[in-house]
Amino acid sequence: MEFAYTRSTGPVVGAFLTGLRGQKVLGYKASDGSVVCPPPEFDAANNAPVIAGELIEVGPEGVVTSWSWNPLPRPGNPFDRPFAWALVKLDGATSSMLHALDAPRDGITTGMRVKVRWADERVGFINDIACFEPAGG
Amino acid sequence: MSDETITGIIAPIRMDYRYTPGTATSLFLRAMKEGRFEGRRCPSCSKVYFPPRGGCSMCGVEFAETVPLANTGTVATYTIVNVNFANRAVELPYVVAEVKFDGADITTSLLLKGVPLEEVRQGLRVEAKWIPEEEWDYSLANISHVEPLDEPDAPFESYKDAI
Ligand SMILES: [Zn+2]
Repeated sequence: MEFAYTRSTGPVVGAFLTGLRGQKVLGYKASDGSVVCPPPEFDAANNAPVIAGELIEVGPEGVVTSWSWNPLPRPGNPFDRPFAWALVKLDGATSSMLHALDAPRDGITTGMRVKVRWADERVGFINDIACFEPAGG
Repeated sequence: MSDETITGIIAPIRMDYRYTPGTATSLFLRAMKEGRFEGRRCPSCSKVYFPPRGGCSMCGVEFAETVPLANTGTVATYTIVNVNFANRAVELPYVVAEVKFDGADITTSLLLKGVPLEEVRQGLRVEAKWIPEEEWDYSLANISHVEPLDEPDAPFESYKDAI
C-alpha cells in the first residue's frame, strides 16, 4: 500500500529545502541566542514567527552528538547496507539534526567530526543531503 | 536547476504487508488456486460462509464442514461507482455487485460487467468469469468479474437474508 502525500512546506521549511538545493544548510538564530537547525516555524523563546529571510547558514561540518546503528536497512532508507542514524550538531548551530551517517560501525564515536555529503542531483528535499560522512583530519 | 523557492514536497509512504491467512482463508485460497469455490458451513445455523471464516459470527461456533459452491450466483445488491480510487485503472462508471453465489448465504464483492447500467438490478443472475488458468494464484483476483446469465431474475426471497 502506498500513499504519495503532497505537502506544503510553509515558508521556513521551504527556505530550508531551497537552501539544501543550493548546497547551503540554513538554521535560525533565536531570540535567546540559540541557533536551531533545521529551523522551526516559531521562536521557542518568545513565540514570534520565524522570518524565512533571516535564516543563517550553518555547517557544512559538525559533530555527532548521538547515534544509533541500523544493521537491517529497510526499503526507503538512504542505504541498502548497514549504516548509522546520527544526530549532528552543525558548526554554528546549538541543536542537532537527524540524518544518515555513512561510516564503519567501529569508526563512529559521539563527538566525531562529520561533514555533509551532498547528493549529485538536488531537488529541494531532505535527501539533498545524501548523508553525513567523517570529516577528514 | 530551478531558482524557485520550494513550497511543497512529495513524501511517499509505503507499507508492505505480509499476510498470514489462517486456517479458513488458507483453505479458501488453495481452492481458488485450483479453480474451485469453497465455502464453510456453520454446524449450528447451517449458513454457508463464502469467503469462509473460521467460525460463525452469529452463533460463535467453529466451522467444520467445507462446502463446494457453484460458479453462478445472484446480485443481492450493487453500487455504481462514478469516482475512482487513486491509481485505479478501471474505466468509469463501473458496477460493484454483492454476489450471493449459489449455495452460499453471504455475499462477495465483485466487478459486474456485460450489462448496461440502467439494467443493473437486484436479483440479476450472474456467472463468475475466471482469468486464464495459467495465471491462477492464491487469490480472489482469479475472478476477473461476473457477467449476466441468460436466466430469469432470482426472487427476492432467495437473497433477502444476504443483504
Ligand atoms: Zn451459525
